[in-house]
Amino acid sequence: MTLLLRNARLVDPEAGWDGPGDVLIDGGRVTRVAKTIAPDGAKEIDLGGLVVCPGFIDMHVHLREPGQEWKETIATGTRAAAAGGFTGVACMPNTEPPIDSRSVVEFVLAQARLHGVVPVYPIGCVSKAQKGEELAEMGDMALAGARGFSDDGKPVASAGLMRRALEYAQIFDLPVIDHCEEPTLVKGGVVHEGEISTRLGLAGWPGVAEDIMVSRDILLAEATGGAVHIAHMSTGRAAGLVRSAKASGIRVTCEVTPHHIALTDEAVLGYDADAKMNPPLRRPTDREALLAAIADGTVDAIATDHAPHHADEKCVEFSRAPFGVVGLETAVSICLDRLVHGGIVPLARLVELLSAGPARVLRLAKGSLKPGSDADVTVLDLDREVKVDAGRFASKSSNTPFRGWTLRGAAVMTIVGGHVVHDAR
Amino acid sequence: MKLLSPHLLGIEPLTPDEITLILDTAVGFSSIATREIKKVPTLRGKTVVNFFVEPSTRTRSSFELAEKRLSADSLNFSTSTSSLVKGETLLDTLRNLEAMAPDFIVIRHGEAGAPHFLAKHGRTPIINAGDGAHEHPTQALLDAFTIRQHKGALSGLKVAIVGDILHSRVARSNVHLLVKMGAEVVLCGPPTLLPAGGKTLGAAVTHRMDAAIEGADVVMMLRIQLERMSGGFFPTLREYAAFYGLNADRLKRAAKDAIVMHPGPINRGVEIMGDVADGEASVILDQVTNGVAVRMAVLYLLAGGDRDAVAQER
Repeated sequence: MTLLLRNARLVDPEAGWDGPGDVLIDGGRVTRVAKTIAPDGAKEIDLGGLVVCPGFIDMHVHLREPGQEWKETIATGTRAAAAGGFTGVACMPNTEPPIDSRSVVEFVLAQARLHGVVPVYPIGCVSKAQKGEELAEMGDMALAGARGFSDDGKPVASAGLMRRALEYAQIFDLPVIDHCEEPTLVKGGVVHEGEISTRLGLAGWPGVAEDIMVSRDILLAEATGGAVHIAHMSTGRAAGLVRSAKASGIRVTCEVTPHHIALTDEAVLGYDADAKMNPPLRRPTDREALLAAIADGTVDAIATDHAPHHADEKCVEFSRAPFGVVGLETAVSICLDRLVHGGIVPLARLVELLSAGPARVLRLAKGSLKPGSDADVTVLDLDREVKVDAGRFASKSSNTPFRGWTLRGAAVMTIVGGHVVHDAR
Repeated sequence: MKLLSPHLLGIEPLTPDEITLILDTAVGFSSIATREIKKVPTLRGKTVVNFFVEPSTRTRSSFELAEKRLSADSLNFSTSTSSLVKGETLLDTLRNLEAMAPDFIVIRHGEAGAPHFLAKHGRTPIINAGDGAHEHPTQALLDAFTIRQHKGALSGLKVAIVGDILHSRVARSNVHLLVKMGAEVVLCGPPTLLPAGGKTLGAAVTHRMDAAIEGADVVMMLRIQLERMSGGFFPTLREYAAFYGLNADRLKRAAKDAIVMHPGPINRGVEIMGDVADGEASVILDQVTNGVAVRMAVLYLLAGGDRDAVAQER
């Protein structure tokens, strides 16, 4: 079917476009982009007043399948992704069993083909069973479709193993994504170590635990020539380390989550377990440093770290609650509200952080609407006011600290391969 | 005047007036312990659940005695008898307890914020009897009562709190209370046992015990939990005692009429030497005695009583 997206503002930083334009889609690909295109029998969708962007990719989600399907499945997680404006998601391998072999990669891709609403890009484990001891079969997983390697949920604690992973992953030109946490410094920590942890009497998780691992990873990336990606970066110091490493030509990239840019550790006051996340919410100065790193180009991607948990699992004593927050259905609104309307970055930069940026990290031929590209499109209404209603999430879980927040801006339509998978205009 | 909240979750939310109200009310109840019949009918017909998820003898006995002296019916739940050990969640336990229609739940729990969790999800007034490393409000109130008893007031005093501040709910509640009431508080311990942001609670911080207790009106020693040894917070108990143990010699640096406090149970020869614990300056047993009166006052006020009525009730 031929589809013509009309009258929108087209924002595609990869192609250098920002202005009125029509997009013609045929056979799942973009075939033409011009100021105006005659319908010529195509099905027209009038997007007057809205913004058309290359499809957003969330490069860090937890789909919980296989193993914890009561929290999320590939079907519900990808439905949440579509509802949130994402045309693709990379899923982390800390499932049960973990994605540490070709067979589990194939299982995930098969489930995504059968039940997924948007494409799923599996991330394979760095180490067998995420034990941090021996390399997992990276090559076999890459052949099966893995788009990167990570022991996410856990750091790669051994510097020796991290070195081998960065060396070995170069065969496939895929990144090693590290959850940066020096375990002996974190040990039992549940919130950022500082004034708030002291007041609440909760075990602290110092920012330096992240900084040390980011430093180590950068040094190893430099030594090996491998590509390291810093997952869910949360400290100002880490952002500074990445900035200077990039300036020295080291192959390091990083992502920041919407919750770390919208919240600080004060959100934990009152012991709300929905504000318990990993890494923890940091100080206002860290938040400001992350915003600066987003604005100056240090940050490559915004990723949600969508971590669904059943309500019963979060409704326990704070220290016993699992870490994590759902993010797929709030991310775009938070970013539009805080980053674009908040004057931190222009819209084009946000679009880059959500499309071309993650595509580059994962080596995906996505992130642009140039003719010939896959017709993955996210449509934004910059001024729509949304009230976060966790009860209406497509995700199976609703663990969000943003419940009841009113935000300006929303993703209102999601198109994957030329098919409209979500339409809330 | 009455308390503003139906719960006592910590000292941090209390106003100075509320603290004064509780302390003044406790004065009225403290004389009951000296009477032949140590009981008043104030809470007759009320049921209090003492829900102790973390073991405690001293605090639980003190609450139980306070409840009995107010003629309330007490129900004791402890870890070994509660269904939590069978995997029941805290929320389900709360629902089951509430199904028995108690008037108060007194909770001791090893996790910070557990009383706040119960207060948020339940409908019964909650009294925090110690939550993790967060707060132990009735301990701070009984400490304040004891200080007032010996010093007349709290304002203007120098109070040194020495020991494992990092893991101490007693220290946190005391800092909140004493700072609110106008005392100068100095926290002292090895840097490994001082929390990040310690100064932000309004107290000064030092690692040198001599400096901490110099001219102090009150020296409050904290218990060293022996399991901390495995955490590597300090090399040996011997070294800890040498640097942070309170002995008679050190105590001479404090004000002449200084009092020595300890929330108990004490480790003799570690944080406090036996002769100091048993010496003239020690008010450790007064703290235990006063604990009952303070807890009676808390229960009474949360039940809706006001201070002026205490005399009539008696």
